[in-house]
Amino acid sequence: MVKKILIRLLRVATLLIGLSILTFSLIHISPMYPINTYVGGDSSTSPEQIEKLREYWGLNKSPVEQYFSWAGALLQGNFGVSKLYRTPVMDIIKSRAMMSFALMGTAWILSGFFGYLLGALSALHRGKTLDKIIKWYSFTLVSTPIFWLGLILLIVFSVQLQWFPVGLAAPAGVLDSEVQFSDRLHHFVLPALTLSILGVASIALHTREKMIDILNSEYVIFAKARGENKWQIFKNHGFRNSILPAISLQFAYFGELFGGSVLAEQVFSYPGLGSTLTTAGLKGDLPLLMGIILVSSLFVFTGNFIADILNTVVDPRIKGEV
Amino acid sequence: MIMTRTEHNVRKKMLQLLVFSSLLLLLLLLLSFILSDENLRLSSAGKNLPPSLEHLFGTDWLGRDMFTRTLKGLRLSLAVGAFASIMSVIVATVMGICAATFGKVVDNTVSWVIDLFIGMPHLVFMILISFIAGGGIKGIVLGVSLTHWMSLARVVRSEVLQIKHSEYIQISQSYGKSPWFIARKHILPFVLPQIMIGFLLMFPHVILHEAALTFLGFGLSPQTPAIGIILSEAMSHISTGKWWLVFFPGVLLVVVIKSFDNIGEQLRILMEPSSSNK
Repeated sequence: MVKKILIRLLRVATLLIGLSILTFSLIHISPMYPINTYVGGDSSTSPEQIEKLREYWGLNKSPVEQYFSWAGALLQGNFGVSKLYRTPVMDIIKSRAMMSFALMGTAWILSGFFGYLLGALSALHRGKTLDKIIKWYSFTLVSTPIFWLGLILLIVFSVQLQWFPVGLAAPAGVLDSEVQFSDRLHHFVLPALTLSILGVASIALHTREKMIDILNSEYVIFAKARGENKWQIFKNHGFRNSILPAISLQFAYFGELFGGSVLAEQVFSYPGLGSTLTTAGLKGDLPLLMGIILVSSLFVFTGNFIADILNTVVDPRIKGEV
Repeated sequence: MIMTRTEHNVRKKMLQLLVFSSLLLLLLLLLSFILSDENLRLSSAGKNLPPSLEHLFGTDWLGRDMFTRTLKGLRLSLAVGAFASIMSVIVATVMGICAATFGKVVDNTVSWVIDLFIGMPHLVFMILISFIAGGGIKGIVLGVSLTHWMSLARVVRSEVLQIKHSEYIQISQSYGKSPWFIARKHILPFVLPQIMIGFLLMFPHVILHEAALTFLGFGLSPQTPAIGIILSEAMSHISTGKWWLVFFPGVLLVVVIKSFDNIGEQLRILMEPSSSNK
């Protein structure tokens, strides 16, 4: 077991190295290369100045050397300096990460809980009206762009009903230290709701399918024959067999979650990692862009890794193969 | 096999749904060609009109008819989506078949690459690719095509592994046919249905992601009536209560995506009926 986990960890490590090489080489072959984006349309820059810049960025070395110096700096936690904000990338990421993780964490727990609940209900009432409603709801949600859902919530709750503010994480014009927790919460509700509503769909559909398989199994038929009622069947068989796969699916959902939060943050102008990523990409702030890409990938790898381990724990058949 | 009445009805209902979804998409596509660009001309008289019979989706702050804009935007999204899906399917097929036929080393490499591509959040990866491609429609197409092939590649791989050791392929091998011949004549026809359905099921995702990318502002210029751009422009007008700018284009987008999803799903069930009772 420990050996299996170690092998998986090693694989994750090679994947991370591969990812950093991939990101680096993609950026390297791109026309959006640092010098061009940095100098931009400023034609008054002389060739000597550009040469100096190249030296400053270390661009006169070979790509391999550049990669190693970049990767070495990364390992020491040095992600470079953002061109847009003129502060170290690490500081920006640290200050935004909490906002994003609060958002994603809330959505993750809420969507996991309600998704599982809806899926289980749907399976237990298979073929009835409730099942049809839940199924229709989930399938429609899968086809709904998250940013549009966010906009609709914004129209209904902020513009029409005026229950919630239109954007940002705190009221405008108030110092960061004076922002009340209630204000933060007030600005937090809609983005979190958007992310949660959408996350429900996949987990609900998956749980429903899994639960139906369980309910069709012979041991459940036997349990029915012994006279267990619906609740007992759910408690004794359905729940135990479906909760771990559902949790592992929810861990594998980290990537979608991050993508969703990029869009939700954009809609609500919520200052988290996602909206910073969008700004960095649009304004050509390479160090910041790469920093956030790597952090978000690390996040997704962690999720996939946990899902993998959970699957191995749950299903002894997977243990045989790696 | 005797077909009971309910089974018969289920099949009939599926076919109806299939035909309905296809006709709806066809109608929207036709409309996008029929509606003239005249409706997109700026008019000071018809600014900010709420939806009416004359302007089904209302007009925007420049007096352009939103129904026309939405349909033309959807057409562009569909074109980009179709192209990107085809590219993804090609990548997926090549990767899947290679992984299954060329031995353990290739197989491991491909699965490593798949894990690598899955490791970066989908949207983030698309942003990165469209960023380094320098934006534009090229960036969007590249970004979307390079990030959607992974799951289909896995399906193709397992399908191929299934038939690799079947008798007719072994016989073909013993006749001295080349691996290339076997891949082309025996394996490709076998996986083709899977690939087609994979394409149809991938399509809605591709359109969704393309809309998301353009919504964030990567790629197309603001003049292009792509669905994401229409929505991101409308975003700055919702605080003044012009809800129709956001509501209708989005609804139509959801309808289109759901129709494609329906078509793909129904075809999948028709081809492998055993999964229909899910």
